[in-house]
Amino acid sequence: MELNDIIFYVFGAITALSALYIMLTKNILYAAFALILTFIGVAGIYVFLGAEFIAVTQVLVYVGGILILLVFGIMLTNRLSGKKVVSPAYNKLMGLIVAAGLFAILFKGILQANFSAMNWIDKGASADSSIPKFGLTLMTDYVLVFEIIGVLLLLALIGAIRIAGNVRKEDKSAV
Amino acid sequence: MPFDYLLILGAFLFCVGLFVVVTRKNAILVLIGIELMLNAANINLIAFSSFDPNALQGQIFSLFIITVAAAEAAVGLSIVVKVYKHFQTADLDKINELKG
Repeated sequence: MELNDIIFYVFGAITALSALYIMLTKNILYAAFALILTFIGVAGIYVFLGAEFIAVTQVLVYVGGILILLVFGIMLTNRLSGKKVVSPAYNKLMGLIVAAGLFAILFKGILQANFSAMNWIDKGASADSSIPKFGLTLMTDYVLVFEIIGVLLLLALIGAIRIAGNVRKEDKSAV
Repeated sequence: MPFDYLLILGAFLFCVGLFVVVTRKNAILVLIGIELMLNAANINLIAFSSFDPNALQGQIFSLFIITVAAAEAAVGLSIVVKVYKHFQTADLDKINELKG
């Protein structure tokens, strides 16, 4: 087994185990911290698949942005009076049946589809660094979607501030 | 590296996210589950994209998914904070009034 494979399996194991921990823990804050490990493991897998830019974006946006938002959300929606912020799972059996059933179907489907044997899968193709190509594709073929997604993000952030922020008294008449 | 393992990891993350969304009643944990499901979709897109080094469609789609996830988290969390201010709880089962 090569070193590449070992590191890949380590990142996969980090991702899977921390996701499992999110599933099992009752503490919301621990779940949010385990989510950091999941995101970092996923980012490591992206690097192995030749998507360095997406890996860096994953770390910046998810670990640096969404996780901070989640921790702030936990802080603002719980009375922190020394006790732990817990939220037990309800309907565990039904949830487990649904999730495990879906996983079994997907698992069987993936094994039966046998992707490794398909002819467009080039096993020798090593995913090389592709950031210049990625940037060119993004700014030529997909530039319209890129601009639209930027406007969407701006709208969502303005909306989030408008929803969560306090409306000042003198502005009430204008709303 | 084995390609099937990547797809199975994606399926596993999706199912864990589904379990978290279905069984938890705290709104923040439901959002965490949704983030897990979005990451599972991203893993699949990038796994297939690694066999397509010229067009890179999968990577671009996953960039858009990350952006939409950020927008969703921001709006969702602001709604949760506002709901908490109104109802004094983030438990989704106790938020059962339509008229504010």
